[in-house]
Amino acid sequence: MSRTVVRATVNGEPVEFLGGGGQSLLDALRDELRLTGSKEGCGTGDCGACSVIVDGRLVCACLMLAPEAEGKRIETIEGMADNGHLHPLQHQFLEHAALQCGFCTPGLLMASKALLDRNPDPTETEVRYWLAGNMCRCTGYDKVVRAVMDAAADLRQAEKTA
Amino acid sequence: MSGVDYVSPTSIPDALKALQTDGARLMAGGTDLLVQMRGGRTKPKLIVDLKRIPGIADIREEDGGFVIGAAASGASIGEHEGLRSAWPGVVEAANLIGSTQVQGRASLGGNLCNASPAADSVPALIAAGAICVIAGPNGQREAPVETIQSEPGKTTLARDEVLVAFRLPMRPARSSDAYLRLIPRTEMDIAVVGADVSVTLDAAGKCTAARVSVGAVAPTALLVEAAGAALIGSSFDEDALTKLEAAVAAAAKPISDKRGTADYRTRVAAVLARRAALIARDRALGAKA
Repeated sequence: MSRTVVRATVNGEPVEFLGGGGQSLLDALRDELRLTGSKEGCGTGDCGACSVIVDGRLVCACLMLAPEAEGKRIETIEGMADNGHLHPLQHQFLEHAALQCGFCTPGLLMASKALLDRNPDPTETEVRYWLAGNMCRCTGYDKVVRAVMDAAADLRQAEKTA
Repeated sequence: MSGVDYVSPTSIPDALKALQTDGARLMAGGTDLLVQMRGGRTKPKLIVDLKRIPGIADIREEDGGFVIGAAASGASIGEHEGLRSAWPGVVEAANLIGSTQVQGRASLGGNLCNASPAADSVPALIAAGAICVIAGPNGQREAPVETIQSEPGKTTLARDEVLVAFRLPMRPARSSDAYLRLIPRTEMDIAVVGADVSVTLDAAGKCTAARVSVGAVAPTALLVEAAGAALIGSSFDEDALTKLEAAVAAAAKPISDKRGTADYRTRVAAVLARRAALIARDRALGAKA
């Protein structure tokens, strides 16, 4: 198997790694770049634990090949907090205790961020449908949905006062 | 998934050349291919990623109709205002495939060529009268969508051909379409049955053209011409709808499996086709969907 040099931007930083033809972006993030926040649950695009944002689109990193990342702008959970300051979504997930084991949390946070990036004022129904591809086996989804709704309100408020 | 090489050609001729390699497989969004590779069901030696070919993921208007690139993602299809207003059935079918994450990658070309009998977008494309634009070593050809799937997992495309785009025809006034599918939950599942109806009405609201297609009730999605014929000339009265249901039920040849029995699927296909016909009619009349 040939490995090729892949150049991409991850969380605003230019990165370069060796990507194999059949290697997933998730494996490259975790094993080559040591960004282990994105998790592998199913490896088949069903659970959403590996959700990352590529050129503004939410995708499962397990369903994308590493060499496809060439020239792409990738956002992962590691880039969500700003210099130690939690993102409003992270803050509200803590406030609502919207996690137990935490395995699904990076994926849920990235999926929620992708939603709020394009829709700052979603309805609860929109939140639930948007997050249908993120499985949580501990808490159920109610606290997650409430956390996203409150984070959306926080972000709108911050936008107003900015 | 080791032992696999990857290329991302930037032109159709280069993609066709790469496809000559032994063990080469085309990839659009990859949401089926990568899952199959992981499960060991397919072991390509070379993945030919189509997405760097200019235009292959674009949606554009042409000759009054639309051209949807074979690798355009479900998300980009759902965001296209013109497509949503002209072909709401095609858009809603495409957008039912998988999760938000899958929508970021999954394509109509992949959905058709993966050749699942339950593929959501295929009945919608068939009812729409969509035409495939196919590139091969001897140039380009066109073929209706309903001629592409041959059996589960198989297509009529030659090994050395590439599906490039879908052409959706110009829409006459008072035309619309609708897709409905049955799954036991609200999201993230595979169709037990899918049905799409596309219609055109005259000024009096009478049906002048109709195409009906159902999925997951046969080895491939079916164009049910008799069901379309039952609507043409009618005002969607009970008699026409009953005939449409009978035509769909007669065409359906489903299997019984964990998703549903053959009898159940046959009945549901008829009911979904009736409901889709009425939604398509209301949309064609300008009612809010």
